Amino acid sequence: MKKLDRDQMAARVARDIPEGAYVNLGIGLPTLVANFLPADKEIFLQSENGLLGMGPAPAKGEEDPELINAGKQPVTLLTGGCFFHHADSFAMMRGGHLDICVLGAFQVSVTGDLANWHTGAPDAIPAVGGAMDLAIGAKKTFVMMDLLTKDGQSKLVRQCSYPVTGLACVSRVYTDLAVFDLDADGATVIERVDGLSLEELQHLTGLPLRAALTA
Amino acid sequence: MIDKCMATLEAAVADVFDGARVMIGGFGTAGMPDQLIEALIAHGARDLTIVNNNAGNGETGLAALLKAKRVRKIVCSFPRQSDSHHFDALYRAGEIELELVPQGNLAARIQAGGSGLGGIFTPTGYGTTLAEGKETRRIDGRDYVFELPIHADFALIKAHRGDRWGNLVYRKTARNFGPIMAMAAKTTIAQVGEIVPLGELDPEHIVTPGIFVQRVVATSIATAATARTA
Repeated sequence: MKKLDRDQMAARVARDIPEGAYVNLGIGLPTLVANFLPADKEIFLQSENGLLGMGPAPAKGEEDPELINAGKQPVTLLTGGCFFHHADSFAMMRGGHLDICVLGAFQVSVTGDLANWHTGAPDAIPAVGGAMDLAIGAKKTFVMMDLLTKDGQSKLVRQCSYPVTGLACVSRVYTDLAVFDLDADGATVIERVDGLSLEELQHLTGLPLRAALTA
Repeated sequence: MIDKCMATLEAAVADVFDGARVMIGGFGTAGMPDQLIEALIAHGARDLTIVNNNAGNGETGLAALLKAKRVRKIVCSFPRQSDSHHFDALYRAGEIELELVPQGNLAARIQAGGSGLGGIFTPTGYGTTLAEGKETRRIDGRDYVFELPIHADFALIKAHRGDRWGNLVYRKTARNFGPIMAMAAKTTIAQVGEIVPLGELDPEHIVTPGIFVQRVVATSIATAATARTA
C-alpha cells in the first residue's frame, strides 16, 4: 500500500474539476490543485479577497502588493479576469454561484459536517476568516486532507469533536488513502489506493463504510 | 463649489473622537489606509472600536494603532496571523475585546449598515459556536442566523484615484472593503494616490459614487505638507 503524496492528491482533485467551473481553492493544501489544472481548459479561480480569473504567482521582482490572494500571497490576473469588493465576493459564494470549493480540514463527519477553523484549545486565539462562508457557499464543497493524524487517528469521524465550521456541507473527501462521497446516510468509498482493502480502511477509520457499486 | 478635498491628513481625521467606532479598509496590508492611520495615531483619539478584516500586520498601520493602545475593541474575521503579535499580546493580556465575525457576514453586515437594512438572515455560521444565542429561522428549507448591521462613525479607506466630489476608483485587490465601508459610516475619509479633475474619472467606471464619501485626501500632497511642517 502506497499513500498518495500531496501532489498526487492535488492532481486527483484537479481531475474532477471540469472546464468552465468557477472554483475557490482554500489556503494551504488545496492551493496545490491549481498546479494540476489542465492548461488547455478554461477554469475560473476565485479568491475571496476580490478577484476572479486568478493566475499563477508572478515572476520574482514582478510582485504587486495590491494584487494578492486570500492567503495574502502575490498572484497574477489572467486576461479577462476582474476585481470586485468583498460583499460581491461573498455573494458569489453564499449565493451559490461558485461551483466548487476545495478546503482543508481538521475533521469531517461522515454526514458532511466540517471542522476546519478552530482546534477548540482554550488558549488559542480564534480566527475564522472566510472558512464558514466557503464551507456552506459553493454548490459542492470538497475537502482535501490526510486521512489520519500523525498519531493515527482518523480525521473522517462519526461526529466532529472540534468546533464545526458548517453542517452537512462537504460532499466529497480526497485523502492520501481513499476518496469518499458523503451524504445523510454516511460515507461511501469511491476509490482506494492499491493494496488497501475496504476492511483495512474500516479498521483504520473505525467507521462502517460502504463501497461504491462499480459497473 | 463643492470640494471634499482636505489639505492634510491631520485635518482629515481631526474630529475623530474618543470612543468612536471606526471602520478601516484593507485585507491585510492591501488597501489599508496607512497614512490616515498614522494621522489618527498622531491625533490621539483613544478607546476606539475598530472594524477591519484583520487585527494588524507587522509594525505599521492598524498594528501601530493597536500598539499605541488606542483600541478598546476590534470587530474582525481573522485576527490571528503570523505577524499579528501586537494584537496577540493585547488579547492575551485581556486589554482588547474581540468580536469575531465570519468574513462574508462581516461584509454583509457592513453592506446592510450602509444600505439601511435592520439586519440579515445568513446561512454562514449556522450551527457553529459563532451563532450561539442568536435568532435563527428556517426559510425555504434552509437554516439562517440573524445578524445585526454594522455602522460606524468614521470609515478610513484607501482608493487609487478620487475627485473633489468624492468619486473613487480602486486598484486591484486593494478594493476589498472600501466600497462597502464607505457606505456604512457617517463620515468616510478616503486616502487616494491622486486627486484628478472632475470629469476625468469615466462615469461608467466609478466604483464608489461621491455621495458615500465626505473627505478625500491625496497622500502625495499630504505627505509633502507633513514634511514641510515637520
